Amino acid sequence: MALAEDNKERHPRVPLPQWLKTTLLTLGSISVTLLGLLFVTFIIGRVMPIDPVLAIVGERASQETYDAVYLQLGLDKPLLVQFLYYLWDVLHLDFGTSLLNARPVSEDIARVFPATMELATLGIIFGVVLGVPLGVLAAVNKGSWIDQFARVLALVGYSMPIFWMGLMGLLVFYGILGWVGGPGRVGIFYMDVVPPVTGMILIDAALDRNWEVFKDAFSHIILPASLLGYYSLAYISRMTRSFMLEQLSAEYITTARVKGMSEWNVVWKHAFKNIRVQLITVIALSYAGLLEGSVLTEIIFSWPGIGSYITTALLSADMNAVLGGTVVVGLIFILLNIFSDLLYKVFDPRAK
Amino acid sequence: MSQTQTLRAWLLTDTPTSRRHAKLSAIYQGWLSFRSNTMAMIGLGILVLLVLVAAAAPILAPHDPFAQDLGNRLAPLWSDSHVFGTDSLGRDILSRLIYGARITLYIVGLVALIAPILGLLVGTVSGYVGGWVDVVLMRITDIFLAFPRLVLALAFVAALGAGIENAVLAISLTAWPPYARIARAETLTIRSSDYISAIQLQGAGALRIITKHIWPLCISSLIVRVTLDMAGIILAAAGLGFLGLGAQPPSPEWGAMISEGRRFILDHWWVATVPGLAIFTVSLAFNLLGDGLRDVLDPKAGE
Amino acid sequence: MEKLLDVENLWVKFPSRQGVFDAVRGVSFSLGRERLGIVGESGSGKSMTGRAILRLIRSPGIVEADHIKLDGVNLLAKTEKEMRAVRGQRISMVMQDPKFSLNPVTTIGDQIIEAYRLHNKASKADAYAKSIEMLEAVSIRDPERVMRAYPHEMSGGMGQRIMIAMMLIPNPEILIADEPTSALDVSVQRQVLDIMDKLVKERGMGLIFISHDLNLVADFCDRVLIMYAGRIVEVCEADKLHEAKHPYTRGLLNSLPRLDAPRDRLEVLQRDPAWSTAPSVSGQI
Repeated sequence: MALAEDNKERHPRVPLPQWLKTTLLTLGSISVTLLGLLFVTFIIGRVMPIDPVLAIVGERASQETYDAVYLQLGLDKPLLVQFLYYLWDVLHLDFGTSLLNARPVSEDIARVFPATMELATLGIIFGVVLGVPLGVLAAVNKGSWIDQFARVLALVGYSMPIFWMGLMGLLVFYGILGWVGGPGRVGIFYMDVVPPVTGMILIDAALDRNWEVFKDAFSHIILPASLLGYYSLAYISRMTRSFMLEQLSAEYITTARVKGMSEWNVVWKHAFKNIRVQLITVIALSYAGLLEGSVLTEIIFSWPGIGSYITTALLSADMNAVLGGTVVVGLIFILLNIFSDLLYKVFDPRAK
Repeated sequence: MSQTQTLRAWLLTDTPTSRRHAKLSAIYQGWLSFRSNTMAMIGLGILVLLVLVAAAAPILAPHDPFAQDLGNRLAPLWSDSHVFGTDSLGRDILSRLIYGARITLYIVGLVALIAPILGLLVGTVSGYVGGWVDVVLMRITDIFLAFPRLVLALAFVAALGAGIENAVLAISLTAWPPYARIARAETLTIRSSDYISAIQLQGAGALRIITKHIWPLCISSLIVRVTLDMAGIILAAAGLGFLGLGAQPPSPEWGAMISEGRRFILDHWWVATVPGLAIFTVSLAFNLLGDGLRDVLDPKAGE
Repeated sequence: MEKLLDVENLWVKFPSRQGVFDAVRGVSFSLGRERLGIVGESGSGKSMTGRAILRLIRSPGIVEADHIKLDGVNLLAKTEKEMRAVRGQRISMVMQDPKFSLNPVTTIGDQIIEAYRLHNKASKADAYAKSIEMLEAVSIRDPERVMRAYPHEMSGGMGQRIMIAMMLIPNPEILIADEPTSALDVSVQRQVLDIMDKLVKERGMGLIFISHDLNLVADFCDRVLIMYAGRIVEVCEADKLHEAKHPYTRGLLNSLPRLDAPRDRLEVLQRDPAWSTAPSVSGQI
């Protein structure tokens, strides 16, 4: 045992082949997951009670037209071949055309996606800025009123239907108090005023130095973003609290106190430094969760993002749009997971 | 009095006389520690009440939940004989809430049956058989975990068609992977223990070992997880109902009721507010109960 | 001998739902420029005594004493801020397992430099030089590399030497060593002890050595306090430990195998309930 440890001391770095092997393994498992994700959406598309040919040619097309399109779509081929076609298309970012407006689904998604990202990003900023300090405070003052407050806040967050809370928010802050803008991204007079550079209206307005649009857009985004922020706050503060409790009971915290360090520095320089990596994972996960939570939020606030897009497509049986949206959201989920894994390896000295 | 005293003593004994005695004693002691948790008891109380309300719906409901009265649409709170007012078709909101409790319980009950059983099957087989079966099953689990749940449920409903059974199926299909993970982890620890080897030496087959010796031990951690997930299941079902993909009108499902009331939110706020409060109360109750159960059954998992 | 530390009637209490649990019950002792051993089984309150001196018992634990005087100044009367100037700079502590007592995500160098700069207004470069010097003093070869390393890259013996270096760098007057070698391989225990002993002697410090190992303490210390159930049951000079009179101490000694007096069967310690109710013996000089 001691010998092995001495060896490690002389070669603190793990040799490269092992590192390469892990990377290859990770890459392999990621691609299998991706393939599986596409396969599931592909199967969902196949069992949908919608005839893809009829959807294109319409009810009154002749049998010849129907057969021609049937062959063109490759529906006569075995399922596996069809899947490979699908894979090929997705790899070229081709999700087919929307049956609703006959435009490529990928273009539509590219158009609506920035709106969702803007909302979710602002939400996660709220969640992190408020949730992390709240969790730390709750852990440091375990059992105090602030701990109880954080607990109730999180419990309510876990139990409240997000769409209902959105409605209540609209009722109170828009309907009764009139503090915020109503549904939509901007008021009707400010629509399409600033040139869409990033697709995120706050940034576009700032780039255009059109502060009036910025103000209006902000008054529209603040309510849905705080709502999403509250949900991520509930999760982030709970996780921060339990991570911190674990670290605060560790012996190195006593060491820091023995050194004569102030409690503030003990908490932030020592305990908090140890949870940073775990926290990044939690934040990445809750960011992914917000993309999902935005589905219902966007409907309530008529926010033209990917959630609204998928739901509208669903209600009008626009299969390509639904599957395209699902694949994109799933991809982002996986990417966020990989991202947090990578950060883990970069920031934790023990993971090297 | 002395009768209950002896029963209590019998239950609290340190030296149980039979297997059943030991089991009952363990359950009783768990109950005692659960009972001291006020919040969990409140949660349990709310849920018992919910079950009673659902069971006695025809007696409790003051009106027919489907009876329309267009002359008395959107009646406000506390108007005569309509405590929570009426909706856009003049139906009594309280009666619809009471009948809606049945739908909520139906959805929760079905999902709580399907998802953990599916997870248990996949997890124990994967953990016990190991090898390639394990790799393949766990990879499938990972794929399902990689999907955002609500979006996947939406896609499933799209494939299966809207409706309450399909909503249940869609939610179950997105809810099983965590259970499979838990069951697999438990199986792996149990499988390598000596008493399993002892049973194997006695000639027990894999099926017998899994069903008689592994499943019973996985149950308690699954129960905790299911209870904690219950709130999420209710919220997901309500979300699907709200989007019009779950229970179909005129069914008094709470999420669908919110969706209906949404149009009048600014002028007739109670139509959407009341069912939302009902969803909130029930999912809060499940969260409280789950926390309490976790402390009793799985003390290591709590903070 | 001059008294560095003087503890009078120290109690450590933990209120719980079943009533108050007294971990330490009215202990008195003092420490000069000597090596004072505190021996006892787990739960005897020896570690709690060490932590109570530094006022490191966290709530809900309560520390009470007539006084804990450091050079005649009562530590219990100090504010938390004044207490921070005592910790590290005047009284320091080495804990059991370096695997847990060093911060895993901070380099060893940063942790040592931090300990120095908390009490000395020094530039980073000076603190670095001082840290290297200190690491050399605990016989670490290649200190530059160790400064850059993380704790998990160190073996237990090295980790504990680093802990000693870190705790002695502000030049304290008293070091409390709480089972400093219990988590180490037997082969490096002696080495770590020798290093600690040398430094303590050179600097003329007082050492409180807390251990469950009677033989080790008898070997290493000048004076020994034997604790049982939160009280001191016996005080004796280390070289006269084998003449100890208290039945508990005798029992402990007899339960250990001895090369010079082999026996067929070792004695099992017989506990007398009267031991835990008898008043504490004073460990004053």
